[in-house]
Order: sequence, then structure tokens, then C-alpha cells
Amino acid sequence: MSERLEIKNLHVAVEDQEILKGVDLAIGRGEVHALMGPNGSGKSTLGYAIMGHPSYEVTNGSVELIDADGTRHDILAMEPDLRARAGVFLAFQRPMAIPGVRLADFLRHSVTNIRNPDRKEGQELMPMRDFRGELKSKMQDLSIDTEFARRYVNDGFSGGEMKRAEILQLAMLRPQFAILDETDSGLDADAVRLASESIARIGGAEMGILIITHHEQLLEHNIPLQTHVMLGGRIVESGGPELAAELHKQGYDRIRKAYPEAAAAEEAMEAERRLETTTS
Amino acid sequence: MSTDTDASSTLALGEINKYDFRTNTPSVFKARRGLDRDIVSQISEMKQEPTWMRDFRLKSLDIFNSKPMPKWGGDIGIDFQDIFYYLKPAEKQGKTWEEVPEEIKKTFDRLGIPEAERKFLSGVKAQFESEVVYGSLAEDLAKKGVIFTDTDTAVREHPDLLKEYFGSIIPPTDNKFAALNSAVWSGGSFIYVPKGVSIEFPLQAYFRINAESMGQFERTLIIVDEGAHVHYVEGCTAPMYSTESLHSAVVEIVVKKHGRCRYTTIQNWANNIYNLVTKRALAYEGAMMEWIDGNLGSHLTMKYPAVYMMEPGARGEILSIAFATAGQHQDAGAKLVHAAPNTSGRIVSKSISKNGGRSSYRGLVRVEPGAKKSRSSVVCDALILDDISRSDTYPYIEIEEQDVSIGHEASVSKIGEEQLFYLMSRGLTEAEASTMIVGGFIEPLVKELPMEYAVEMNRLIELQMEGSVG
Ligand SMILES: Nc1ncnc2c1ncn2[C@@H]1O[C@H](COP(=O)(O)OP(=O)(O)OP(=O)(O)O)[C@@H](O)[C@H]1O
Ligand SMILES: [Mg+2]
Repeated sequence: MSERLEIKNLHVAVEDQEILKGVDLAIGRGEVHALMGPNGSGKSTLGYAIMGHPSYEVTNGSVELIDADGTRHDILAMEPDLRARAGVFLAFQRPMAIPGVRLADFLRHSVTNIRNPDRKEGQELMPMRDFRGELKSKMQDLSIDTEFARRYVNDGFSGGEMKRAEILQLAMLRPQFAILDETDSGLDADAVRLASESIARIGGAEMGILIITHHEQLLEHNIPLQTHVMLGGRIVESGGPELAAELHKQGYDRIRKAYPEAAAAEEAMEAERRLETTTS
Repeated sequence: MSTDTDASSTLALGEINKYDFRTNTPSVFKARRGLDRDIVSQISEMKQEPTWMRDFRLKSLDIFNSKPMPKWGGDIGIDFQDIFYYLKPAEKQGKTWEEVPEEIKKTFDRLGIPEAERKFLSGVKAQFESEVVYGSLAEDLAKKGVIFTDTDTAVREHPDLLKEYFGSIIPPTDNKFAALNSAVWSGGSFIYVPKGVSIEFPLQAYFRINAESMGQFERTLIIVDEGAHVHYVEGCTAPMYSTESLHSAVVEIVVKKHGRCRYTTIQNWANNIYNLVTKRALAYEGAMMEWIDGNLGSHLTMKYPAVYMMEPGARGEILSIAFATAGQHQDAGAKLVHAAPNTSGRIVSKSISKNGGRSSYRGLVRVEPGAKKSRSSVVCDALILDDISRSDTYPYIEIEEQDVSIGHEASVSKIGEEQLFYLMSRGLTEAEASTMIVGGFIEPLVKELPMEYAVEMNRLIELQMEGSVG
């Protein structure tokens, strides 16, 4: 059981363009952190880099899991599946559709591997009966129709359905550290409230959670120990829950003014992107 | 795969290839290597055939010799004189498995045939090399007049039906390999389903090549009479040898008015097999013919099951899956001919290429003049798993009628990095994730199979996927 997820001086590039320019962040077990920031500031990039997306190249820095006895596990040296088995989870901002693969079949496999990190390919899966029972009760907790398990993973799901399915996976996999990337977007008002409650229940004192959001509602039941603001690929400011409220109401003008260097980096990134879209 | 089946069976990676084993089976008779009039006459004599069949064979041999190799498809590097054309494995056909020679029985045991027979089949034919060594048919079906025998027996016992249909749907002149089969054919199934008889559980034939440099040339004829219904399933396997073997079957089917026939093939040939097969069905008024074709293994497969829709309201469907890996070329496809008004057809083809394998879809939809209000749709999707593999599509459409609706869609996709990442971020290894994506890709076809075959199909795909990530 790891006590901390520690990100130090993380630099990440996509297609040779540096997106993250030195991110430091530490999340302890049982803690909730919020990550906010304008569109394109690099929040999802951080999630992908931690999870090991092959397009996101870590050019500098470290991401480690630290056990109670001080043992450090270098997450960056692991393939994404091993990161997952080590207890890291990413709820995707835009989950991928896997046509033809039923949610239940996929999840059973996934749950088996994660609960039994040493499982070898081809070894038995979690018994069907146990799996189904558990899946059914978790789906009921989240007000998801059990028929949903028979659908193909994210294939033709509505925006809200995708996010519910991500929360369902969170509930089934019970990771040690979870990054929830805009898990509230696409959900209607009632669903956001339910999501907020569910995440609080799932997380409890055991899980460290990083909530990436543009809103406040998810934080209602998941009061962040710290709120971080990302701008131009850096975390420029950290504060308490009041910071989330401020940003939600007043936007990022104050932040941009206070951190002109990061604001300039943001400008530059945007300019480069415009150039790319006009030339390609 | 539905959630009701055990998903562990679909992802049983790391298992040994249960098809690649040889048995030491002495043959009762083995014709010498090579192909000439003497060999053809000898086969006919061994089978104590009537003169008409012997003449048919000899005429076919001449046609074979006069025909050039097909110009499409793949490279056929076979030395026709280097093959054994006839190998008789047992003295007689068993009516019970106890009557089958021990080693051969063991082979089919390992392939799970007797077990499947007990569980969910109406009848079985098991062919080993050139001859059918075991045959059964549910008693109630026999009483209703259903005939399910090997084709050799049918020549002796049902000469009228044979003379009427044998070689009429696929004449020896059709193509070089149809001619070859017509000359040296042996074994295969003959099925007759009388008017209005519906056979609930599938009839299954299993074709096993065991010897080296062997040619297997089964010949199947299925006649589904008016309003009758049958599902026939064939499975084919062979162990791996360093020299080529040849499998060249001819399958002829007639589905009469309002009859229904479904023909499912699940083959998993070893990499040294040339699999050159001609399959064609005629569907009459309101009849339905479905080919479901799973092509795995072989060095080269050339196979294009066809449905000729002869009368109004006839329907034809061809669903195929091809999987090509290292050293394999799957040139598979389909052919629909609309020869009457109000006929409808559907082709769905899915191919997977990996480790340098090559798969091609080659298909023809033809609408004859006067076949008004005919409808056909063709969907072919290819999935390529890496940069060294290849996929091609050769869709031919010939329309000689205005008032028709023909659709064609084709897609080629590479296995998505994003999909892989998503699954891996949930703890699946890269191999498990690719297998799952491939399984999902063929799911729309696999779910059309009865459960037992769906499980078998998924298992075969997994075998092919093993070691796919390197
Ligand atoms: N795969 C990619 N290819 C090209 N550019 C990328 C890729 N991923 C991210 N970027 C770029 O990196 C920058 C940060 O993107 P990211 O998705 O991390 O932003 P974000 O903070 O999550 O924004 P949002 O709030 O809109 O979700 C953007 O300029 C984006 O265009
Ligand atoms: Mg984002």
C-alpha cells in the first residue's frame, strides 16, 4: 500500500513540443486535490503522462509511488498496465470506444488483473458469479441500468453515460490514486451530485484523488485539501477550497496577471497550435 | 461473446496449439505420389464406382491439364506431381467410434468431436485424409428421410440425385481447382433434407489431414428441398509439416423454394497448406443461403463462397472472417449473383493481418439484366495490427439493371494506439488488450454463430494472437 504519489519537476512533450514545463505535486493517501486551469493549460497532459500514454514523452522529472516504509516505485519505468496494477487510475476526459467489447467482459478482465497484480496472461479470471454480483451492486449504487454492462465499451455512449462508466470502473477497481479528468463534464445536474457523493464514498480514507475540473460541484462532497491552478504547463498557485470557488466565478484574469511568465507560455503554445493547424 | 458466457474461455492465452499434433496411423492403401490417368482410374476403382463417375473423373483430369493457373489471388507454388492424391486410412467407415481405428479415434477425441456430437449435434462425419472414417445421424432425422452420408456412399446409394446435381453447380470447367477436385475427389458430405423438414441442431463434418504432402479433395453436395432447413458446419485442421499439402474442396448446394441453408466453416490450417476451395450455392424462390466462413491458418487460401439467387425473393448472405499472420495469405471473399427480381444479398467481410500476414478481400456482386429491385450491401473492414502486414480490397460490381440498390463500404484501420492505451490503463497487458480489440472487431460476425462455435472461433483467434506483441 503506497502512502504518497509524488510528482517532481515533470516535463512532458508531445511531438517535440513541450507542454508541461516542470510540475510538482504530491498527493497523500486519503487526500483530495483539485486541479483547475484554463483550456489547454496541460491538465489532461499531466493525467496522460502519469498513466503512461505513449504520445506523451516525459523529458524530465519523476513520478513515484512511496510506500509507508519509504520504498519508492518509479512509475515512469512501467508500462501503463503495470501502473494500473500498481494502483494508479485515470478517468479519461474523453474515454475511448472499443467496439465489439462488452463493458462487463472488459471490466472482469481488468478487475482480475488489478486485484491480482501478479496474474499471468491466460490465468483464470475472477469467478463469473462473484464478479456479476459485485458489478450489479456497484451499478445500482451509481443508478446505472444493469443492461448497460452488456453494451460495447464507450461505443455510442452519451457523454454522461461515458462518465458514469468511468466512475463505475473507479468503483470496481478501487485504485490507490485516482486522477479524475473532468469526470463532471457531460453529466446533468442530478448526475453530478450523485457522482460527487459516489466519488466521496468510493474514495474514503484509502484513496488519493486528483480532481481535474472547471466546476465546483464535484468538490461539494470531496473537499480538496488543496486546489492547484495550472497555467502554461505549470502549477502556478495552490490554495484551499476558496480558490476553486474564486476561479469558477471569476475566471483566470487575476492568475494570468499574477503570473505573466506562465501566461506568456500559454500564449506561445496557442500560437504554435494555430500555426500547426494552418500549415497542416 | 455475451456476458452470459464465460469470458475466461475467450482470453485463454498461453495455451498450446491443440491442432498441431501428428498421429502415427498406418494407411490401408496409399496411391503413389503424383497425378495421371492411372492414379485417377485407380481411385475410381478402389471406390468401385460406376462408369459415369469414372468417365467424369478422367474428363475432369483433361480439363485440369488444359487449364492455366488462376491469374488472381496468390502465388501457387505447388508441384502437382509431388503430392499424394489418395490415402485410405481405414478399411471401412465406423458407425460407432469404437469401430474407428484407435489412433484415428484419438485424433478426433483430441479435437473434441465425439464430445460435441454428444452435446449439440444432429449428425457427424469425420474425414481423415481421403476417406470419411466415422458417420452418424440422429435416428429421428433418418426416419424423416434426411440423408447424411459421405459422398462416395451417395454415388452408390443415391445415383439419381447424384447424377442430377453432382457437377451441375460447379462444373469441372469452372476453374482449374474445380477440375482437379472433380478428377481426384474423395469423401465429403452428401446431405438431402426432404421437403418441410427442419433440422434443429447442426450437422457437422470434420476434415483432418494428418500425412505429409497430402492432398485432400473432399466433395460436398447439399440439397435442401422446399421449405426445409439445415445448418451444416465444417471444421478443418492439419498438423504442421515442412512440405506443402493441398486442400482443394468443391462444395455444391441447392436450396429450393423457401428452403434455408446455413453453411459454417471454421478452418484452422497449418501454415504449409494450400487451401483452394470452390463453394457455390443456388437459391430458388424465397430461399435463404448463408455462408459463414472463418479462415484461419494455411499458407494460401483462395476461397470465394458464392450465392446465385435464381428466383424472386431469394436471399444470400456471406459473412467471412480472415486472419493472416506470418507466412500466410488469405485471399478470401464472396460472390453474389442476382439472377432474378427482388433478390437480396449481403456480404460482410472482416480481415485481420499481423506479423507480415496478408489478407485480401476479393468480391463480386453481379446483377443480371431483369433482376429488378434487387438489393445488395457489401461491408468489408480490415484491421492491420502492425506496419509489416498488408490488406487489400478488390471489390467488383457488375450491374446490368437500373432499378437496383447496391451499397459498398470498405474501411481499413490500424489497431488504435488510443484503444490499446485505454485498455492497458485498466491493467490489461498489451497482448490482452490487442486480443480484446481484435475480438471486438469480429464480434458482429462471431455473435451470429451458435454459442459453441463462437467460443471455438474466439479461441482460434486467441491462438493466432499469441506472441503478437514483440
Ligand atoms: N496528443 C496531442 N497532440 C497534440 N497536441 C496535444 C496533444 N495533447 C495535448 N496537446 C496540446 O497540449 C496542450 C495542453 O492540452 P491538455 O489537453 O493537457 O489541456 P487541458 O488543460 O486538459 O485543457 P482542457 O481544459 O480543455 O481539457 C494543448 O495545447 C493541446 O493542444
Ligand atoms: Mg483536459
